[in-house]
Amino acid sequence: MPQQSEVHVRLEGVTKTFPSAKRGAPAQEVLRGVDLEIRKGEIFGIIGQSGAGKSTLVRLINGLEKVTSGTLTVGQHTVSGLRESELREVRRDIGMIFQQFNLFRSRTVAGNVAYPLKVAGVPKAERDAKVARLLDFVGLLARAHDHPEQLSGGQQQRVGIARALATDPSLLLADEATSALDPETTQDVLNLLRQVNRELGITIVIITHEMDVIRSIADRVAVIDGGLVIESGSAYDIFNDPKTPEAQRFVGITLRDRPSAETLKRLRANHPGRLVTVRVQDRPGFQTTLSSAFLKRDVGAEIVFGGISELQERPVGSLTFVLNGNDTAIDAALSALREDDFAVEEV
Amino acid sequence: MSEYNWQVFQTAIGQTFFIVSISVVVGGLLGLALGLVLYATRPGNLMANRPVFILLNILVNIVRPIPFVIFLVAIQPLMLASIGTTIGTNAVTFALSLSAAFAVSRIVEQNLVTVNPGVIEAARASGARPISILLTVLVPEALGPLILGYTFIFVAIVDMSAQAGLFGGGGIGDFAITYGSQRYDWPVVYISVAVMIAIVQAGQFLGNYLARKALRR
Ligand SMILES: Nc1ncnc2c1ncn2[C@@H]1O[C@H](COP(=O)(O)OP(=O)(O)O)[C@@H](O)[C@H]1O
Ligand SMILES: [Mg+2]
Repeated sequence: MPQQSEVHVRLEGVTKTFPSAKRGAPAQEVLRGVDLEIRKGEIFGIIGQSGAGKSTLVRLINGLEKVTSGTLTVGQHTVSGLRESELREVRRDIGMIFQQFNLFRSRTVAGNVAYPLKVAGVPKAERDAKVARLLDFVGLLARAHDHPEQLSGGQQQRVGIARALATDPSLLLADEATSALDPETTQDVLNLLRQVNRELGITIVIITHEMDVIRSIADRVAVIDGGLVIESGSAYDIFNDPKTPEAQRFVGITLRDRPSAETLKRLRANHPGRLVTVRVQDRPGFQTTLSSAFLKRDVGAEIVFGGISELQERPVGSLTFVLNGNDTAIDAALSALREDDFAVEEV
Repeated sequence: MSEYNWQVFQTAIGQTFFIVSISVVVGGLLGLALGLVLYATRPGNLMANRPVFILLNILVNIVRPIPFVIFLVAIQPLMLASIGTTIGTNAVTFALSLSAAFAVSRIVEQNLVTVNPGVIEAARASGARPISILLTVLVPEALGPLILGYTFIFVAIVDMSAQAGLFGGGGIGDFAITYGSQRYDWPVVYISVAVMIAIVQAGQFLGNYLARKALRR
């Protein structure tokens, strides 16, 4: 990955307020002071519930909406201070794809991809060559003369991606780009986006309400709630150790590694003893250290719930044990583990 | 029909074709422009401009319901100033073009509203100018329903052109009245009506065909 440290998009105290639709109704404060740094060449995920302000945030980046206050920069441009005519120039360096693809029904597949090139005034011969290259890249060269409605959803999104890449942008904005697709097609499109990122070095900002998407491709993540970024960091850290309840909820939905309240009730009924959840850690001898802490003190430890999966080639998840034995021995085992930086939680 | 009647009839058909074709083209283009401005300046749209929108919106609302005969009388001062006469084929064509423009503007505006806003968003994200989005995205995306709207207007113009005789504009309608019904020469009336129906049918057929092509159905 190229120069991970260079900042590509920076938001400082960005707010966005929509005036009230009806006279007298309060204005809607959608973003209330967002700070973010998106680095060149990374895939940055932004996750939040529906209505959290994700689409608004991403539309601020290419100036489709204007920030109410704060500063937003993309590369060398301070987008938050630009006039519409200047914004049009900046937008040619920023591609965008959408949940509903938003292809032009009046144009063929090739015509859709050619559109941004026409806007940029690229001569026809050059345009045709570029369109062919892009369609080849997304695997749809054979469908160049079809119309969008003749394609499947996944294929339409591929056309959307080709169109977004037409003017060789350095940044690609993806607003719920896979939310209208079935799980299998979602993976295909995410793989294509990863290819765009790795092969072309394009920075990608991907907005989603599905943690699975983040898990599949994001390098870093921001969780947005109530108009604020409430948590951000590497995807691994967020999955491994979500700090806020909102992040924990998103992670829980995806990993399904922690027992729900109902499952806990059932576990308690079936297993006399104390229940503890231990977070899986990427360290040598994790399981050996864990089990020996219990064995040494004659504590019976049985796994009753849990899940381990991989994220960025590192394990994430958690295991829930039922512990049987002397209470002092159990306390001793737990504090020894905590001493050793194990994340142990009695549930 | 007598030899003489045939000659008059041919002139009348020529006049109707003149009135209708000029009105469709001029009224169509003026209406397209007016409709695009109405659409674009509506608050929240591409070139939002509340004063311009309100002004045009009121103007269209006032003019559109005026019956053609009254409209033609009402704009006589304007006619005099721009074409120097208030009667004859040219005067009728002038009035009909203007009247059609107002009707077309609403049809254009209403059809543009149905275009998926996401498509406009995609065009804006590509860095396109509002004018270019209007002409190269919105109009093509709404082309099918626009053609049907224009077909509707074409039929209405043929209909209104039958009143041209009231202002010395001639045309098939005038012929049917002067040489037909006023002389109790019913074949002349029926032939005139048949030609009018043929014109309308041909226009409707062509419009439907083109709209189907645009919609790829
Ligand atoms: N143009 C707008 N005018 C008024 N309110 C808007 C506008 N766009 C979005 N909103 C409001 O902002 C909030 C966040 O919307 P959005 O950014 O689309 O959320 P998300 O993409 O996270 O689902 C919603 O309550 C929505 O109603
Ligand atoms: Mg959204």
